[in-house]
Amino acid sequence: MILNRRRLLKATAIGTAATVTSPFIIRDLHAQDIIKVAGIHDTSGGLDIYGKQMVATLDLAVNEINASGGVLGKKIALTNYDPQSNIQLYTQYATEAATKEKVAVVHGGITSASREAIRPLLKRFNTLYFYNTLYEGGVCDRNIFCTGSTPAQTVEKLVPYVQKKWGKKIYTIAADYNYGQITAKWVKKYAQDNGGEVVQTDFFPLDVTDFGPTIKKIQAAKPDLVMSALVGAAHISFYRQWAAAGMNKQIPLASTTFGNEIVITSPEEHNGYIVAFAYLEGIDTPANKKFVETVHGKYGIPHMTELATMTYHGMYLWANAVKKAGSIDRMKVIEALEGNAAFDGPAGKTTIDPQTHHTVLDVYIGEAKDKKFTVVEKFSQQKPSDTSAVCDLKKNPNENKQYVIDVKT
Amino acid sequence: MDYFVILLLQIGSAVASLVLLSIGLAVIFGMMRVINLAHGEFLMLGGYAAITAYNKGVNLWVAMIVVAPLTVGLFGALVERLVIRHLYGRLIDTMLATWGLSLAMIGFVTVVFGNTVSGISAPLGSLQIGAYRTGVYELFLIVVAVILLLAGWLVLRYTRLGLIARGTMQNAAMAAALGTNPSAVYAVTFAVGAALTGLAGGLLAPLSGVVPTIGAAYIAKAFITVISGGAAILSGTAIASALLGAINVVATFAFTSVLGEVALLVAAVVLLRLLPQGITGRFFRRAL
Amino acid sequence: MKARLLSIIGNLAVLAAGLAVLFGLPALGETYLIINSTIFAAFAILALSLALIWGYAGILCFGQAAFFGLGGYTYAVTAINMGDTTVPALLAVLVPALFAALLGYFMFWGRISDVYLGVITLTVSLIFYRFINQTAGEQWNIGDAPLGGFNGIPATPILNWPGRPGEQLAPEEIFSLTVGLLLIVYFLCKALLATSLGRIIVAIRENETRAELLGYDTRVYKLAIFVVGGALAGLSGLLFANSVFVSPTMFSLPVSGQIIIWVIVGGLGTLIGPVIGCILMQFLTNYLGTLSQIKGFGWVDPNLVLGVLLVIFVLVVPKGLTALVADVWRWSVGFLRKPRAAAPPAGERVPNP
Repeated sequence: MILNRRRLLKATAIGTAATVTSPFIIRDLHAQDIIKVAGIHDTSGGLDIYGKQMVATLDLAVNEINASGGVLGKKIALTNYDPQSNIQLYTQYATEAATKEKVAVVHGGITSASREAIRPLLKRFNTLYFYNTLYEGGVCDRNIFCTGSTPAQTVEKLVPYVQKKWGKKIYTIAADYNYGQITAKWVKKYAQDNGGEVVQTDFFPLDVTDFGPTIKKIQAAKPDLVMSALVGAAHISFYRQWAAAGMNKQIPLASTTFGNEIVITSPEEHNGYIVAFAYLEGIDTPANKKFVETVHGKYGIPHMTELATMTYHGMYLWANAVKKAGSIDRMKVIEALEGNAAFDGPAGKTTIDPQTHHTVLDVYIGEAKDKKFTVVEKFSQQKPSDTSAVCDLKKNPNENKQYVIDVKT
Repeated sequence: MDYFVILLLQIGSAVASLVLLSIGLAVIFGMMRVINLAHGEFLMLGGYAAITAYNKGVNLWVAMIVVAPLTVGLFGALVERLVIRHLYGRLIDTMLATWGLSLAMIGFVTVVFGNTVSGISAPLGSLQIGAYRTGVYELFLIVVAVILLLAGWLVLRYTRLGLIARGTMQNAAMAAALGTNPSAVYAVTFAVGAALTGLAGGLLAPLSGVVPTIGAAYIAKAFITVISGGAAILSGTAIASALLGAINVVATFAFTSVLGEVALLVAAVVLLRLLPQGITGRFFRRAL
Repeated sequence: MKARLLSIIGNLAVLAAGLAVLFGLPALGETYLIINSTIFAAFAILALSLALIWGYAGILCFGQAAFFGLGGYTYAVTAINMGDTTVPALLAVLVPALFAALLGYFMFWGRISDVYLGVITLTVSLIFYRFINQTAGEQWNIGDAPLGGFNGIPATPILNWPGRPGEQLAPEEIFSLTVGLLLIVYFLCKALLATSLGRIIVAIRENETRAELLGYDTRVYKLAIFVVGGALAGLSGLLFANSVFVSPTMFSLPVSGQIIIWVIVGGLGTLIGPVIGCILMQFLTNYLGTLSQIKGFGWVDPNLVLGVLLVIFVLVVPKGLTALVADVWRWSVGFLRKPRAAAPPAGERVPNP
């Protein structure tokens, strides 16, 4: 098969020209009566299961706000960027959003690495930033609002609950990076506070798929329960292999990260697992039921976890603050948010904590059953106590770093 | 005592897993000196084929052992026709074309299947050995790996197809002069290699789950095992898998998972330094 | 004679284009253009490093990312500990060069070549990646600098004027520095290739045994060029640390793969080709990230597009864009000239062995 080079060049040229010009035709360039906002989430590459749902809920929030009249009489125009799980694209898109498009707010970042790459940048360009993903805590920066849950909020409730249910000895398995390591420390602290102990903690790089030796080691240690902070596609293999060895019927399991995995694993594999998040699809309120229906149906997302819903809450919190402040000016909106701004949404009530720019949230303990999470207990309005132990933006409004919270065990 | 048995079984399982991962790549590399960097994605495709078939009601074993290899084998034949055929002898160019293919496959599968596909639970239940439970499926995979190596040896040694394959591998021009059709042999080889990879992907799906990017976790290991093994397809893969798998498991048991992985990588580097043509470049040179 | 003239014109053209970008772009005043261009230029230096060792010395290094990451991390760690960034900047180039020397010694004195070398370099960068990824705990602090594990090292100090720790470079100045360095490195490489080292390296690439028989110790020459490549990659890492972010993904497989793609698309065996290939591919990935978000274009998965593009390139334009441009030039020139009885066919070249 001989491909004629000239023919190919001609075809490519025409095709490229068409594709290149189309966005400029499609994009609405009327800048006067719109407010620009940007979303930077990975919708391709390894993180896309998270990115796609966050883009969906962001879009839903913007559409709903626009349908009820927009903000300050103007419509919100959302531009989404896909950094393809590639950090330098985060930097480039954040710069473009802040300096070329001059957006009023950026919602984005999934991993802590991506957040830290763009946080200083957005601060330098005076663009407000909302980070809506649950993470390890400690960010202290007046230009950012972190709406996701941190370990002190979820783990603090999860550990005593499962210790009461199953026993005091815990074996922790965690992903080997900041989030996993800090979460493991919190697990140890709360376990000890509760009169128990963590017999062993094992860390796994994010692309390990063979958990055979670990499963044997867990059996040798004979814990009362396993606490999992495993993250990512490769780590799903643990749950598979655990069930293949029949261990899920022998030793119960709790997790701070088991979310979308519920769709990929079978009921025989995951029934009985206990998790804690600031949001579960099983929350039994009319608002949430409608929300879940819309996101599943209209956007085709099979299952949502906390980060998608917090993106929705984040967008609303910003929009409401703009309405309260009467302007999109960054400092005015920040001050409006710092006035204990709150939003009641599918995840319950989310309140901004002015001292840390994190959120006071409702935390839900859920049990996995037949590909869904049912809520077994709810803890209202948990404060972000880990970040508030190190960060006080009222006293030091010019702080600009992420503290690694020292968990004293 | 039972800990020792468990350790041995774990090593066996790790070795079997490496064999399954690498055998397809070894066939293609050993025969045609083509480095297929889309190997991880072929595995992924096999997994998706098995899962999709299973979700549509096909029996699990048929899905894994028949549908997966068939699908990927056909796909491999297609790729060989369209892409690889034009690039024989150009080692670097095939690496790059297959790298491009791997990216395209990831993109394509993401667009078609999305990112969350429900998986298969491992069949066959579990087994109690002393104080430990282990999955029977892992042991089954050890048996499969042994069967594959054996079957490969039998085919290469005793069948006409194997003879033609070996002849073309040793000296393609001579084999052509004697009446075989090298391009047909290459086409069949690539398809067989792809089918073996599809089989591995299907068989490993219950243990590791399938997402579009799962190939990346495998490609490095498979690549390293095949190159360390050297030119002989079967013995090279077997020996390299045995060595690297054992080191990995022992290090993981003794220390942590991270060090287990690092130990495997360091061992591979040392091995290649000492034996630059791979293990079977030096030992067992006349083996299959 | 004609070739010489063409070569001089080519160099002048590159110089002119480079100076135009260096002085013209800041005048446009668009911050995002400046920051993007800084990143592209930093990557272009990385592309040059592989172009040198692969295109001219025939060393297919699958792990150029290792030196890139080493450069970035060395800079970040030493800069946080030292305060003044002059010494860290130098170290960011020296440490990767040193590591390249060690690795090169390990490989070349073992007579490792082509595929096996590719695997070893790949494995080495994987080892780095695995190792750095798990350095999240505080036992992994070097002095004041946490290695940070997966999250990387945030708040990497920006380069400051040598000897004046308080005065950090503004983005425009970093841009000028990066593009300036790119130009300098490009012409230095050209100069290097014109020396006897350069010629011997090409001879080794063509036929190593013959070079040995002529009396050159090929291991030493390969080591030398490998070290230069490592140093350049480290420099690129340093600039990347200043314009983006230091994180373990600098060591990852996709980065190594990207560099190889740039060189292939641009043209193996040239210096300007990989630079152009790098910049074009960066534009493309940038663009794809925005395109796929527009309604109706959701099927445009960046991986799919890049993959198909790469396959087409290898099949149709294996010698890269520079060769394509040269072909097109020759074709159009031949078309414009009066048709002669026996016009030489375009693309007559010694076939690639």
